[in-house]
Amino acid sequence: MVTAVASEISVRVLLFASYAEGLGFDSIDLSLASPATVGAVLERLRALPGGDRLPQRPLCALNLAHVGPEATLATGDEVAVLPPLAGG
Amino acid sequence: MKSRCSRRLREDEVEFLTEQPIDVAALMAAVQAPARGGIAVFVGAVRNHQAGRDVLRLHYSAYRPMAEAECARIMTEAEAKWDVAVAVAHRVGRLEVGDTAVAVVAASAHREEAFAACRYLIEQIKRRVPIWKQEFYADGSVSWVDPSTGAEHTEAGPRLQHA
Repeated sequence: MVTAVASEISVRVLLFASYAEGLGFDSIDLSLASPATVGAVLERLRALPGGDRLPQRPLCALNLAHVGPEATLATGDEVAVLPPLAGG
Repeated sequence: MKSRCSRRLREDEVEFLTEQPIDVAALMAAVQAPARGGIAVFVGAVRNHQAGRDVLRLHYSAYRPMAEAECARIMTEAEAKWDVAVAVAHRVGRLEVGDTAVAVVAASAHREEAFAACRYLIEQIKRRVPIWKQEFYADGSVSWVDPSTGAEHTEAGPRLQHA
């Protein structure tokens, strides 16, 4: 039997510093309905315990480069949610 | 020729992030050359106070692969904007008051370009490189530094935003 299945993508999401402390983990694999954006990842994170501590527009990165929430995702991508940067 | 030193540093010799004490003289030596008479250096050291609180020590952490990639992009940008050779290093892990946290060196034929590139490097590093700082205070408390709250003195201006 052939069933119509909405296509999904899977991405790895990394959290750091205060965000990792707030949500209690520093890495999670998420499956998202395609097409998916970084914004969709943020919505999923906000639904998790401690996710309400994420700001409205956190800094985000996709595959080691800064992006906005509109960036689109593909399977195997690495998304990072970055607390306010404090280097230097 | 102008960027040979920094390319060699980036790819083969040292990474931007290090757990070891930063050797500023070694960074300077990496970019010095007979044609480069102007060498600008910025060193950021751990301060003993923050917003009126006594700071005992710091812990820097980073998203290492992105920090290396972003720093390499910043160095490439500086070399494209000015005729300079550049070298940078940022420490991670536990640091004590007075320790060098970051060092930036830009060498050029003349001081104008060296100063401009040095300033660009440190400002862009503070703005774009994913590094976080946890402060440990004399009263026993600990907090993550958020430069956007104004508690942290910074000359880097507004932090990166995606509207």
